Amino acid sequence: MRRVVVTGLGMVSPLGGDVETSWKNIIASKSGAATITRFDAADYKCRIACEVKPAAHEYGFDANLEVDHKIQRQVDLFIVFGIAAASEALKDAGLTDMTEAERLRAGCSIGSGIGGLPGIESESLVLANKGPGRVSPHFVHGRLINLISGQVSIKYGLMGPNHAVVTACSTGAHSIGDAARMIAMDDADVMLAGGAESAICPIGIAGFAQARALSTGFNDTPEKASRPYDVNRDGFVMGEGAGVVVLEEYERAKKRGAKIYAEVLGYGLSGDAYHVTAPHPEGSGGYRSMEMALRKSGLSLADIDYVNAHGTSTPLGDELELGAVKRLFGDHIGSMSMSSTKSAIGHLLGGAGAVESIFCILAMRDQIVPPTLNLDEPSESCAGVDLVPHVAKERKVRAVLNNSFGFGGTNASLIMKAV
Amino acid sequence: MSETADRVKKIVVEHLGVEAEKVTEDASFIDDLGADSLDIVELVMAFEEEFGVEIPDDAAEKIATVKDAIDYIDSKQ
Repeated sequence: MRRVVVTGLGMVSPLGGDVETSWKNIIASKSGAATITRFDAADYKCRIACEVKPAAHEYGFDANLEVDHKIQRQVDLFIVFGIAAASEALKDAGLTDMTEAERLRAGCSIGSGIGGLPGIESESLVLANKGPGRVSPHFVHGRLINLISGQVSIKYGLMGPNHAVVTACSTGAHSIGDAARMIAMDDADVMLAGGAESAICPIGIAGFAQARALSTGFNDTPEKASRPYDVNRDGFVMGEGAGVVVLEEYERAKKRGAKIYAEVLGYGLSGDAYHVTAPHPEGSGGYRSMEMALRKSGLSLADIDYVNAHGTSTPLGDELELGAVKRLFGDHIGSMSMSSTKSAIGHLLGGAGAVESIFCILAMRDQIVPPTLNLDEPSESCAGVDLVPHVAKERKVRAVLNNSFGFGGTNASLIMKAV
Repeated sequence: MSETADRVKKIVVEHLGVEAEKVTEDASFIDDLGADSLDIVELVMAFEEEFGVEIPDDAAEKIATVKDAIDYIDSKQ
């Protein structure tokens, strides 16, 4: 099998319109959570979210830098975020001017968990109030999940595999894992891979709140709401944004003298086969996906210094993942650090696995692990695990593990290592 | 410039994201302003909303330039 490395990074997050701004703020223990501004949520059980900030904000996102005005009007925000993150990643990799022959071997695998929910909501109201003749002709292709990959392929002329994963909150991790396999299997030499989400709209917040998934007890102190592993956690905080990496075949990257961030060594996937929203009570699905990634990576547990946890801040999920990690790591649990960056940027759903994989890569680059915010009172089962409370920690980081688990009982784990 | 022309041009600028000076009366939506067939469908809907007129499909198909749109709207008002 061919080796696959990461040669470019791109991100839009609630803490920055690009990778370096987001990372700097994550390491500085900033929180992207605030009262929802996108609509009036005064009557909602959950009134907070981690929104991507407007361009004028200190760490805002300027859509106009990478996305045409016309496209911005026609598509949902998750596509705008995805195009922007993909553009940053491709530029970072120095691959915006590939030859036609190279572009025939370059593809996209950028997915989303939910896709264009805000646009489905608003156009449904147009349909109900004004009739079918007023529905936008751009309605369908402005909402479809595979239209990040579609738009990016058109923008950069990428004619290789064009794919989009939809596995709820595991989407970003599955996208990277699947795309790495496409390169390993010789279907492509270069893949833009990742995920995006923007579902902070009335039906999105109402729907997740009704599923009892969102935090509702911290509406007056939004920055305290996402608190993975803390005894007072009460649900996740919705985030939004996108993460995209450039994956490249190792020999090709080496030959062109590319900056190589990491090698994708292990990828594990599993299903809980248990319940649509609740994780398996023994965390067995998450355990098996981590175990598969470890086996494929050829590494031993002692090599893994940092785990970016799924850790959404839900009462049930955090404990079960922690239990599975403790069982897997056994005696090695004391030598690694594990944190949840969802404490700072919320849960990016389909974008989470990609954004968090990028944080893992930067942890290796800078030899520092990001913190778990608001971990004031760790639950009992946290004993013996370094969850990096409150502040980032400088430490040796040789290899990293990223977990993503989604509704439907779908699990993905990625292991990467510096080359 | 007529009031209709002003309002039509404003809609075209907003929907197609083009510079106002490019939206001359002779400009073709597809050849000069970068629109595709679906953009024209959307523009026609916006004209209908703005001017309170019905533009049936067979008439919409004949609207190729900014002037075509202005003339059709004026003829119905």
